[in-house]
Amino acid sequence: MAATQRRSPLLIAVSTALVLLWVVVAAFPFLWTLWGSFKVQADFFSLADWRNALRGTFTMAQTGSAFTGKGYEGAWVQEEFWRAVMNTMIVVVCVVVISLTFGTLGGYALARSGFRYTFWLLMIALVFRAMPHITLVSGYLMPFFQWNVWGHLPTAIIVLVAINQPFTLWMLHSFFLNIPKDLDESAMIDGCTRFQAFRHVIVPVMWPGVITTGLFSFLLAYNDFAVTAMLLSQQNQTMIPKIASFLGSTQVEGNVMFAVAAVVSATAPLFVLILFFQRQIVSGLTAGAVKG
Amino acid sequence: MKHRTFFWFILPSLIAMILFIALPVGSVFVQSLHVEHEQVLRTVENCGPFGCTEETVIDRAATEELRAAQPLGRFAGLSNYTDRNHLAFSELGVMWERSDSFADFTRRAMTLPFWRAMAFTLTFTFVVTPLVLLLGLAIALGVNALPRAFRGPTIFVSLLPMIVTPLIGSLILFWMVDSRGVLGAALQTLMNDPNLSLKASPTLTWIMLMVYGVWSSAPFAFIVFYAGLQTVPEEPLEAAMIDGASRWQRIRYVVIPHLMPLAVFITLMQLMDNFRVFEPIVGFQAQANATSLSYNIFNYLRGDAAQFGAAATTSMLTILGVVVLLTPVLMRTWRDFNRKGH
Repeated sequence: MAATQRRSPLLIAVSTALVLLWVVVAAFPFLWTLWGSFKVQADFFSLADWRNALRGTFTMAQTGSAFTGKGYEGAWVQEEFWRAVMNTMIVVVCVVVISLTFGTLGGYALARSGFRYTFWLLMIALVFRAMPHITLVSGYLMPFFQWNVWGHLPTAIIVLVAINQPFTLWMLHSFFLNIPKDLDESAMIDGCTRFQAFRHVIVPVMWPGVITTGLFSFLLAYNDFAVTAMLLSQQNQTMIPKIASFLGSTQVEGNVMFAVAAVVSATAPLFVLILFFQRQIVSGLTAGAVKG
Repeated sequence: MKHRTFFWFILPSLIAMILFIALPVGSVFVQSLHVEHEQVLRTVENCGPFGCTEETVIDRAATEELRAAQPLGRFAGLSNYTDRNHLAFSELGVMWERSDSFADFTRRAMTLPFWRAMAFTLTFTFVVTPLVLLLGLAIALGVNALPRAFRGPTIFVSLLPMIVTPLIGSLILFWMVDSRGVLGAALQTLMNDPNLSLKASPTLTWIMLMVYGVWSSAPFAFIVFYAGLQTVPEEPLEAAMIDGASRWQRIRYVVIPHLMPLAVFITLMQLMDNFRVFEPIVGFQAQANATSLSYNIFNYLRGDAAQFGAAATTSMLTILGVVVLLTPVLMRTWRDFNRKGH
């Protein structure tokens, strides 16, 4: 479409300037924080002159070189951020695997059944999807204290799986709608049961949809703050509540740089994720839209 | 698909949702009807050399015992809903009588925790959502006009603010707008006011939070609109050109109607996500000037003396808000579903 039209140079200039501005607005905060994480606090939060952060005046004075790994050392070694990283890895892997298993089965059933209750299930899932996570947390806390399951990783994992289900169901439901019905129905005519048809015919062709949904499940578990902050005990904390707790106890000079370093460390995996899965993320974002 | 097969397929997912979404909502409702036990008081007589005095002390053992026996607290009916921390009807009534203008009334009502949070949540939702739509559309049109080679990298960079953990994204911006951070210092120079601090003023805090909201959600609208622009049908565009439509008219009468369903989709998603605004308030440490419904719940639950009753009541009112917000969508989908003839 674009090639067939002639555009005025002014319009091109304006739209290019807008895009350039947006790119700067989107990327600059990340670059700035990455750069600043290798400085000392007096430079990154400079009272006198913001250019100190560029020149590293105080970093030079305090450590002898323009860059320092002190923030990272403090966060990872002294404050044991690695423990939180391990916990996050366990939580994220379990949440993704379990929600995809439940979600593919449920999403497939919703896509293949035309009865009225499937509509109601999807609508209820939509309402569940819209509920703020913290409202549910206030329902969990008291029973979890009573049953003594508060604070453990499996509790947080199963809660995140459940919170994730409505979204996973919707997304996989629309992916399965795109797989032609004839495929599994012909397998059933050949004598397969419904589950065998699913196992041998649908599973081999469903991976693009499952990977895309998996990415979003990953993001939900990785980015969660409300559930993990309220349901995990101190030693089981994942990265995001851990970073929040750095802020609570950062009265000591230099400790805020631990938080900066931890923030950069936690952003790095997301950066890599976009690098490798940009296409899937984009298709996932639009999948819901196309289906309406 | 047979009912039986459907049931077995959906079962794991259904159990998870019933146990951890539906039942907690029930639990929240029950909790919202209770308040914590008051401390058990006991009168003791202290007799010393100068006679006896009566003293009221807290009986810790009895309090603990009572709390352990009835963890829910004592039944309070709907009083949680009408107390000062929630709907506060009687307080509002008094304020209405005492205030001389509507502005004065609003100012007074902003001291009530629930209405304060509601005001911010609704303002945030209904300011950020349209701005996200507009900015997303503008970027999508801009990127669509770029040479193909630049589009991929632009999308890559654009995804960052959206993908990044909300708490991390707000911390990154917070450190920059700190009065000692780079943007804060730049603003001070621009405004020529060395004491300017975004944290100190309620208005500036609200604006800052909404800027964060737009920054983190615009990429979503951009990506969806951009994908929509790739599928604009050629024929109506050419027909419009032959009929002498200007560029603006082509956008107005061909492209925008094509993007309309996408705009509805983005609005729906944005309304849901913005209504639960929570992490930015923690990240920007803005609770002194702005609280949201989600933040209030978090605040009630935090700390040693968690107020389950108050948290549950705010949760119920929030869920009610979500349902009201979604009603038009649900009704529309219901009509569509019926029209399809099931």
